[in-house]
Amino acid sequence: MSPAAGQAQEPRVDAELARAHGLSAEEYDRLRALLGREPSFTELGITSALWSEHCSYKSSKVYLREFPVSGPHVLQGPGENAGVVDVGHGWVAVFKMESHNHPSFIEPYQGAATGVGGILRDVFTMGARPIACMDSLRFGRLEAPRMRHLVDGVVRGIGDYGNCVGIPTVGGETGFHPSYDGNILVNAFALGIARRERIFRAKMGGPGNPILYVGSRTGRDGIHGATMASEAFDEESEKKRPTVQVGDPFTEKVLLEACLEAMRTGAIVAIQDMGAAGLTSSTFEMAGRGSTGMRLDVDRVPLREPGLTPYEILLSESQERMVVVAQKGREEELVRVFRRWGLEVVNIGEVVAGGRARVVWRGETVADMPIRPLTEDAPVYQRPVAEPRDLQARQAPPEVPPPPASLAETLRRLLATPELGSKEWIWRQYDHTVRTNTVQGPGGDAAVLLLKGTPAGLAMTSDVNPVYCALDPRRGGAQAVVEAARNLACVGAEPVGLTDCLNFGSPENPEIAWQFRECVRGMAEACRGLGVPVVSGNVSFYNETDGRAIHPTPTVAMVGVIPNLGNVPEPGFARAGDRVLLLGLDAREFGGSAYLRLLFGVEQGRPPAVDLAAEARLQELLRHLAYEGLLRTAHDLAEGGLAVALAEACFGRGLGARITVPMAPTALFSESQARALVATSPAVADRVLEAAEDAGVPARQVGEVGGERLEIHADGDALIAGVADLRAAWATALPRALGL
Amino acid sequence: MRCGVVVFPGSNCDHDVYHVLKHVLDQEVLFLWHQDSSLKGCELVVLPGGWSYGDYLRGGALAALSPVMAAVRRHADAGGLVLGVCNGFQVLTEAHLLPGALRRNARLRFECRDVFMRVERTDLPFTRRYRPGQVVRMPIAHGEGNYEDSPAALDQLETAGQVVLRYCGPGGEPDPAWNFNGSARAIGGVCNPRGNVLGLMPHPERCAEEVLGNSDGLALFESMVAPVARTAGARR
Repeated sequence: MSPAAGQAQEPRVDAELARAHGLSAEEYDRLRALLGREPSFTELGITSALWSEHCSYKSSKVYLREFPVSGPHVLQGPGENAGVVDVGHGWVAVFKMESHNHPSFIEPYQGAATGVGGILRDVFTMGARPIACMDSLRFGRLEAPRMRHLVDGVVRGIGDYGNCVGIPTVGGETGFHPSYDGNILVNAFALGIARRERIFRAKMGGPGNPILYVGSRTGRDGIHGATMASEAFDEESEKKRPTVQVGDPFTEKVLLEACLEAMRTGAIVAIQDMGAAGLTSSTFEMAGRGSTGMRLDVDRVPLREPGLTPYEILLSESQERMVVVAQKGREEELVRVFRRWGLEVVNIGEVVAGGRARVVWRGETVADMPIRPLTEDAPVYQRPVAEPRDLQARQAPPEVPPPPASLAETLRRLLATPELGSKEWIWRQYDHTVRTNTVQGPGGDAAVLLLKGTPAGLAMTSDVNPVYCALDPRRGGAQAVVEAARNLACVGAEPVGLTDCLNFGSPENPEIAWQFRECVRGMAEACRGLGVPVVSGNVSFYNETDGRAIHPTPTVAMVGVIPNLGNVPEPGFARAGDRVLLLGLDAREFGGSAYLRLLFGVEQGRPPAVDLAAEARLQELLRHLAYEGLLRTAHDLAEGGLAVALAEACFGRGLGARITVPMAPTALFSESQARALVATSPAVADRVLEAAEDAGVPARQVGEVGGERLEIHADGDALIAGVADLRAAWATALPRALGL
Repeated sequence: MRCGVVVFPGSNCDHDVYHVLKHVLDQEVLFLWHQDSSLKGCELVVLPGGWSYGDYLRGGALAALSPVMAAVRRHADAGGLVLGVCNGFQVLTEAHLLPGALRRNARLRFECRDVFMRVERTDLPFTRRYRPGQVVRMPIAHGEGNYEDSPAALDQLETAGQVVLRYCGPGGEPDPAWNFNGSARAIGGVCNPRGNVLGLMPHPERCAEEVLGNSDGLALFESMVAPVARTAGARR
């Protein structure tokens, strides 16, 4: 019998309705062939969600296979709710990053808040207690329409959600670029810890085991959110506001505690949160992984309002809900825990043998379909790729004009931009000290957290330079990985894994597909070069409005382990009299630099070269020096080059420095990679230079910490500025640009 | 000392307080559930920070009505020690175990940073390990810490010596720029007239270990669990 044949309410499915659901003609034919008949309306909804780009990774899968995903520390690579990495002392770190770009552009507060909620559930559903969040944000020009409203809403949304649940936001990054005027990016990262043997997975199994629904009731919010995230924006997008979910961090906190307690009973077989595509994706993915079948009685799902159809119940993206497969006969143990925390828990079906999903509503079968062909064996595309026609012109070497003002004024102007200015206005609104693990919070090269009960620490950072990626996606992808690893090295951490959020325009545009392929290749090469596996991640395509795509933005979040927290260098100068040393070489590289972009409005040239061997040597040296306790300060050179790095190092404690470098004045702003600034006590400066020589890392003593001024003496010119004056420009940059 | 940390749904600093009492100070600690009607013999009760009941209605308003609070009130009336941190301070004012109210921060934004506080009383069971007038650095993390009461009530509070902690500049000087939430008279912590109930906005439990770069908060916990502190502090 064709499902739901008797239900007059359900529209008849035809090719046009399938197209409106985002299915291509081939996909619609494929679905009909799978079923051997026309799909019901509910079946079409299920399929459109599972085969959406967001859920299926159909355009990205072929390239993501290039990532190294295993390693001695990896316990779980991509394919689960989050990656799992051994961090020693019996502990594992569970982490992932995910985008919430589309909803945040439509409704910034709820969009960003539910982004945090979703990523936290991905982590605790694996049995880990979340202990840290980071956020990578990209906004357009602050003068662009709605942009200040978007910044304010996103920051409040992230803050209100994370603060309430009580997970510290310890790091992240914020960038501004016109390419995000019509599509902002909100990438949320969460990390949890668990004992090595206490990891939970989302693999359904054991015919007869009951399927429990836990948490908030189901409403009409977020229906087709996954499909929305798989489309570009146009002037109609405002009408999609009802597809944005609404978050309730209080319920999330209660759900978190209840789930961790329920896991301790031993009565849970599998557990997964209801994220994108809600009940559909959670149950189908769990059954797909376990190669089993299931029966769902969707009329038992608790509803926020009467009258939801099975289609709506299956596709709602109401927040703070979990699916739990219990051991048959032990349901009551779980029910007791969830009820104690004031949560609703309902049996909504059971695991069955075979590989089909049967969805029943008021006694009628509304969907009856094979599961794995919809999940594990969803369509995969190798989209046509084409190098952008204007790429060669954009890569032509840029003319590098001399500084537009005195060196001090040039530096001050750079520090006063929202791009390079302090982001303190943002992270002051995030609780970054709750859970009492934060050794180094936001604002440094990498966040550093205690791993309580051990001498070790965890470090994490997120990085990407979208301008580099636009000018040369392969180099840009590699650069994001090496910069993240370098930031970890500056706090003495050995990288153990990374998660990513790959934000791009439409993959159906061959030039975007090419950008994607090249970025992934660059990242994969760098990951292999530095020995860092990719353990989880997320792809966000269709970040474009009216045909204008964002810059390629493959955000990298990397996690590292610090064996001993006693010797972590700080990012700023710590003591007057310390010797300042520069590690690495400058090659006068200005392609895609902050200097050209922010002072002259030029985005031109190939970004700095990435030398993986030189990076590996530098980072190994930094870790070695930190471990030996020889460094009081370590700070990597990135956007804005040496001048900006020195200024930032002065801001930590308001200590100046007197520096002499044999380089052209303009070269102070060059962005060559594989460089870092360190400061050490005078007594050990020679030991540091010797260690650098042994490691094959070019190193030079360039000056001394002290005083209230930053002085940089270059060939034929000097930069002399008061630290307080520079700091004021830097500290007020963002509030001023926001008009506060 | 047997210490209890109350867990309301939404409390999120409960583990942090537990950690300091148990692992830093080696005390006997148990969690008390919001529906408990007894404090199970605890001599010290801590109401931790967080978002009890999601801060719905007002911060602390719903938690103040939970069953455990009746037991906390009896404990306080009998002279037992009660400490409320951040949201716990809000609960204590909502329960009228402490005077005043905590409004939204004057700038209407959540604020997470270190602040400096001058310890105004060191004869209390909470503060006897501090020096008179000592300036301590502690983290705050709240959106509703703006202490307020009527001018007459504030005068009464001052006269009675119930202002225990006051926001100040790094050198202890009065400085409105360091009063981030806009509290009346820079008040950051108050006690009841008897001196056995203390509420404060900063988080001493987040600065009680040197590995976190700051241990200024440890003396507050040490003061409470020291044997001499077991009786309520005398009025000065």
